[in-house]
Amino acid sequence: MHTKEKTSSVVIKLVIAIVIAIYVLFPFFLVVINSMKPTEAITSNPIGLNDASFGQLIQNLNDVINNTHFMFWHAFGYSVIITVVSLVLLAVFGAMAAWVICRNKTKWSTVIYFTFIASMIIPFQVVMLPLISTFRDTGKFIGIPLLQSVPGIVFAYLGFGGAMTVFILNGFIKGIPYELEEAASIDGCRPEQTFFRVIFPLLTPVITTVTILNGMWIWNDYLLPSMMLGQNGLVKTLPVAVQAFVGSYVKQWNLILAAALLAIVPIVILFLIAQKQIMNGMIEGAVKG
Amino acid sequence: MGNENVGARRICSILMLAIGIVLAVRGLMLDLSGSGSEARGPMLIIGMVLLYFGLYILPTMRYHRAIINIIFLFPLLFAFLVTVIIPLVLGIGYSFTDWDGIRVRNVVGFENYAKIFSQPSFIWSIVITFLFVVVNMIMVNLVAFLLALLCTSKLKGMGFFRASYFLPNLIGGIVLGYIWQFIFSNVVTKMTTALFDSRYSMLSETKTAFIGIIIVYVWQYAGYIMLIYITGLNTVPGDVIEAAAIDGASPMQTLFNIKIPMIAPTITICTFLTLTSAFKQFDVNLALTNGTGSVADFMGSYLTNGTEMLALNIYSTAVIENKYAFGESKAVLFFIILAVVSIIQVRVSNKKEVEL
Repeated sequence: MHTKEKTSSVVIKLVIAIVIAIYVLFPFFLVVINSMKPTEAITSNPIGLNDASFGQLIQNLNDVINNTHFMFWHAFGYSVIITVVSLVLLAVFGAMAAWVICRNKTKWSTVIYFTFIASMIIPFQVVMLPLISTFRDTGKFIGIPLLQSVPGIVFAYLGFGGAMTVFILNGFIKGIPYELEEAASIDGCRPEQTFFRVIFPLLTPVITTVTILNGMWIWNDYLLPSMMLGQNGLVKTLPVAVQAFVGSYVKQWNLILAAALLAIVPIVILFLIAQKQIMNGMIEGAVKG
Repeated sequence: MGNENVGARRICSILMLAIGIVLAVRGLMLDLSGSGSEARGPMLIIGMVLLYFGLYILPTMRYHRAIINIIFLFPLLFAFLVTVIIPLVLGIGYSFTDWDGIRVRNVVGFENYAKIFSQPSFIWSIVITFLFVVVNMIMVNLVAFLLALLCTSKLKGMGFFRASYFLPNLIGGIVLGYIWQFIFSNVVTKMTTALFDSRYSMLSETKTAFIGIIIVYVWQYAGYIMLIYITGLNTVPGDVIEAAAIDGASPMQTLFNIKIPMIAPTITICTFLTLTSAFKQFDVNLALTNGTGSVADFMGSYLTNGTEMLALNIYSTAVIENKYAFGESKAVLFFIILAVVSIIQVRVSNKKEVEL
């Protein structure tokens, strides 16, 4: 009796799990099948598989990739460059700053640390308007354009991602025994050597976490790049390109969904490769953050 | 370290510092004199980098640690000051002026703030944002918790289910918004036409469009919150649950009297996350409805921004309507609301945690 009840409840749970999974994954399925159709077929039957063909998919993708508003390779390339450079700089500079803040128990380091933490609640909307005008004026003043440029946006990500990065790294560095650094210093390590040879390698797991968190955010971010790079500038990221493309092609759903497919595929591939790390990184970031 | 070595380093360091200062000052002078020389930008940067390295190899034992601290702290702190703190201070200042995005002509005091409260469309945005935040917080947490319970039961293939529930969270709000716009306006409309003979898209009506935004948000966010609840549930020791089962506790009793109290910290984290993210949400709102939707009568006026949340309202005021100072004062108010709500939430949860 007892075991029978158990098997029936297991079956029910499994069925529920499958139904939810179908519901959750159904939009992705719709994106795939509808980017394989011509426009007319979508309006008549958006769920069915008839009229879907690989030839049409290739044609739709080609139309999107070569579209002057979307410029897929262009946007993809800039998205990759901006994300990777920002992540590397955030990891290195973030770790350096967190280490100094954590290991110096002075008034200043405490003030800086709490300013970082308090700043995490500031919504982007408050700073975005003055930010753009400051960047425009500063860029003109020093002769290096900061708007519509990669260095400018990377610098902005360094500023906006800094607080959370320092916060999470600081929590981890606190747990590293200080004796380790003392031993290194007795062995003749200068402080910077202690940091790069002893501390930085120990930070690998937590740097993975912050890189995943920052990476998800920077890759998908829309508002900051749309303000700093503009909709139709030469430098643009994938979300901005999708928005610019949709704005120019109202209701051409096969092309819009093909564009969405192009934006989704890189992340899904990355997720399939590094599923565990990504999920753990997101959890740890939330629990510590 | 040999004596000669120290000497060489000192010369090298002083040389770098000197050249660095000359280049940086020259660059700044060109900036100030208003010259359009292309070289002034690189000059300034090279000067700063030289200063940086000159300082680094300066051979002093006494101040070395202090120099390293400054060098290590500077890049991030500088970026943080320039992108967050200075714009924040400027922004609060601008909200009391007639700033148009480029220059300030007059200081107007609290005029912008007074205008905010006589604008029904903005009050509506506040109301709808609060409604969204509350409904969304309850729905996401409920769905995520149930999914977590499902995913912590020992079933085959749970790794797959967990990953697929989490998948929507990886995709940016803009792309998601358009995908769901397609689903609501094409797929769902087809179904409602067949079932109830109503040809209107869900997104064209304010009430149903609001429900639409919640559906999309729950779909996107619940998988992530679920992961956090799973982690929380896994920390509940197995022997406690076993002991409860031996004492004759039903699964429901175990859930409400043991599991939920024991994961109280997790609940705090999750409510905080859903609260702040729902408040700031912008991308889905922009891509799904762009704030459209009519409201027949609110505070005596007819509104067309039925689904426009605060973040989007601020954006359209400043960027679309070009009213920078007005948009900025709305943003400052938004910041204050967000800060107050987050503080209250943390206070309340902490109290609850103690009581449990």
